Amino acid sequence: MADQNQNNLGRRQLLVRGAKAAASIAAAVGVARWLYDPKGPGAKNEEVSFLGTLAKGLPDFSVPRKDGQVISIVKGQDRSKTVSKAIELLGGIERFIKPGDVVVIKPNVGFATPPILGATTHPDVITAVVKLCYEKGKAKKVIVTDNSINDPASCFTISGISKAASAAGAEVIMPRDSYFSPLTLKGGSLIKDWPIYCAPFAKADKLIGIAPLKNHHRSAASMTMKNWYGLLGGRRNVFHQDINNIIAELAMLVKPTLVILDGTVTMMTNGPTGGSVSDLKKTNTMIASCDMVAADAFGSSLLNLKPADLPYLAIAEKAGVGTVDYESLKPLRAEVT
Amino acid sequence: MKITTVRRINQLFFFALFVWFCIVATVGDKFWQIRNWPINWILQFDPLVVLGTIVSTRKFYGPLHCAIGVVILTIIFGRFFCGWICPFGAIHQFVGYIGNRGKRIAEKIRLNIYRKAQCIKYLVLIFFVGMAAFPSLAGTLQTGLLDPIPLVTRSFQLVLLPIFDRGTYLTSVNARYYEFGWLILAVFATAVLLNLAIPRFYCRFICPTGAFLGIISRFSIWRIGKTKSECINCKMCERACEGGCEPSGNIKIAECVLCFNCRDDCKHDLIAYQTVPSLAGETQVDVSRRGVVLSFVSGVLAAPAIRLSGKVASNWYTGVVRPPGALAEPEFLKRCLKCGQCMRVCPTNVIQPAGLEGGLEVLWSPILNNRIGSSGCQLNCVACGQVCPTSAIRPITLDEKRGLGDFESAGPIKLGTAFVDQGRCLPWSMDKPCIVCQENCPVSPKAIFTKDVFTTVRDGVVSIKQVTSRTIEIDRGIPADKFATGDYYVLFEDGSRCKISSNTATSVGISEGKVPTAVGKIEIQVRLQKPCVDIGKCIGCGVCEHECPVSGKRAIRVTAEGETRSTDRRLLL
Repeated sequence: MADQNQNNLGRRQLLVRGAKAAASIAAAVGVARWLYDPKGPGAKNEEVSFLGTLAKGLPDFSVPRKDGQVISIVKGQDRSKTVSKAIELLGGIERFIKPGDVVVIKPNVGFATPPILGATTHPDVITAVVKLCYEKGKAKKVIVTDNSINDPASCFTISGISKAASAAGAEVIMPRDSYFSPLTLKGGSLIKDWPIYCAPFAKADKLIGIAPLKNHHRSAASMTMKNWYGLLGGRRNVFHQDINNIIAELAMLVKPTLVILDGTVTMMTNGPTGGSVSDLKKTNTMIASCDMVAADAFGSSLLNLKPADLPYLAIAEKAGVGTVDYESLKPLRAEVT
Repeated sequence: MKITTVRRINQLFFFALFVWFCIVATVGDKFWQIRNWPINWILQFDPLVVLGTIVSTRKFYGPLHCAIGVVILTIIFGRFFCGWICPFGAIHQFVGYIGNRGKRIAEKIRLNIYRKAQCIKYLVLIFFVGMAAFPSLAGTLQTGLLDPIPLVTRSFQLVLLPIFDRGTYLTSVNARYYEFGWLILAVFATAVLLNLAIPRFYCRFICPTGAFLGIISRFSIWRIGKTKSECINCKMCERACEGGCEPSGNIKIAECVLCFNCRDDCKHDLIAYQTVPSLAGETQVDVSRRGVVLSFVSGVLAAPAIRLSGKVASNWYTGVVRPPGALAEPEFLKRCLKCGQCMRVCPTNVIQPAGLEGGLEVLWSPILNNRIGSSGCQLNCVACGQVCPTSAIRPITLDEKRGLGDFESAGPIKLGTAFVDQGRCLPWSMDKPCIVCQENCPVSPKAIFTKDVFTTVRDGVVSIKQVTSRTIEIDRGIPADKFATGDYYVLFEDGSRCKISSNTATSVGISEGKVPTAVGKIEIQVRLQKPCVDIGKCIGCGVCEHECPVSGKRAIRVTAEGETRSTDRRLLL
């Protein structure tokens, strides 16, 4: 047929071609309909973004309060002994960790400096706490993570934290861009739709913050509350313009199970980086606390400061985070040798 | 097993080895990270690296001794490096094979004919040697631009692996960035795609390393050739000839890359790898004396011509801050291959391939860009010098970098000096507290110190209306809650100051200090710590620049003034 009528399509060919044409038109219209955006990009629709992020947030990791077992202060040089004793005084790790829990430990791994310089959480404390979580707390998994200031891989390696955590059986998680999601703090004025390091905490049951005790030129002292600065992503340094409020807001945002403040050595000068052993002073104190404000208020005394020198303490207390007057909490004290 | 099969396995092996060394050029302690892998092997095998550095520095740098083995083996066997080892050659051969698979035999034979233009690579080589040979300090090593090993190394390290890493995070924790990566990719892609036009285009027409090996292969004991002068002239031997060296007739022995395809393809067994020259005749390097002289003279003159920009003298480009341990600029430019090893190994990603701003000869050499990467140049890291194959960046120790131990009197290595841009700095020009730079300075005692001042805020002079306890009511509206951050103070007429602990639109509260009188004016002041750099202490690491919250053009920036490696950029008395 086709060779008889070379200039005309056969009926069959015509139908096939017609069907193909119709399908192409339908596909084009369909794609156009599907992608149709009549308005174009408008002003940023904050509501949508807030709805999407408010729901997630950070879980509340805290455990029920027990009066008289809020804060413990242990004197001694051996970090593994003092930290164990401090936790024991608060009721033991069993009070905080339930069998099968996933525990996240947030040390300060801000700088790529060796442990001897005291700018980062000491690996001995990490080892001791990870072991406690596994052995006595029967935790399922312990994760150690931080969003460092210097290069994260270098920080975790040089600080000795990577090695200590892995040796004790914990998983070390390095920050990645995809682990951050925007969060808004209810009642806050600074943390608004700001990227927060969330992913490692999303599926955890408990959170322990472990901070070294350091001088800090801008906020006077970097302790357990300032340690949460590591959760901020993006170009977080803009918040230094209002350092006291951002520290207080972070303390409102994060509700840890327990915080540990390591004042075995204290960085008295040149903080928070240090860089020389001459910046350090032996203060032989380990603090464990369910109340960050109280821990930091006590910690300020080791830096020869008064709580009033740290305005973020009062702001946080006003917001209900904790108690500045730590003596009113009747700290449990002990000494180990 | 056929010798071509052995050759293919060999090529695959060295290509895989090359890719493996690229992957392990990552700081870390896992088995696939740097540890003791000899990641520079293939660069050290490269005879052009040795030739270039010998001509430019008049010295033979020890770790490059492996290349002498390649030279000796080439003198005995011919250009085996090109056909058996070179990973770039393997890529060309593979792409050329894929690209021309479906073609008719006559077409393939036509593609592989010898072309007069193959002499261009010798001229390229001689030009670069001329540039490196220029006496005194003006000689410059530019072979790395086209030397296949540095070229393929930088293409993999700075472009292909980082692209592959996006989303997969196989060799790095976070995305790596390389400024001018697109230009590196463009050169690489062009070289590879040219195989679709003519197989092994790069090797035949451009490659200066191949040219060098071609020249020294003239004395080779064994060579490819015909065992009879006459044959039926079927030209099947040229069907897959990689070098385009005309084995069917008068063979151009310097072009032969020892692929052995001709020997395999000759159905009459008339081609052999033998000690006697081809019975159909043999031609050595086919390049005119005029061409040689012209390209050498052009090269020699090109070196000082590039320097006319003054970029290696008083007009040095401010972006050229070199990694720790880098030699003084003229010496550095005599050694740097632009291979990108330092940029790949740098754990913070701060070392970047330079663009053209610093002058033509600086292209793709390592400079620090503190806006890229995870954190300036880290105090406790010397990785870049450890991997530099030619010691353009010396393999310094941590003690030398930090000025400890034996190096105490010399002091730390300075990469440059940080300068505060007071017009962009928040405390200096915008009355905002900040000092992120001071906080992050890793030197002890800190190289950044602050000048503490109290400044009255905009519209901050107000009259007292009434005082109740420690709350001062004022006559004019002020922004509510803005001044209770711990950084704001009330200045009284008698000169005393109190910290503001609360404020509403019409009042400020103070928590301690004296109770004010109910009349007069007060000033609302902000306490500012203004950062200043102590040039005696600053090491130019750039951590401050990296951390500065003024994210575009930073308010504190490092430039090379005061760098240890040169005396003409000295700043300190």
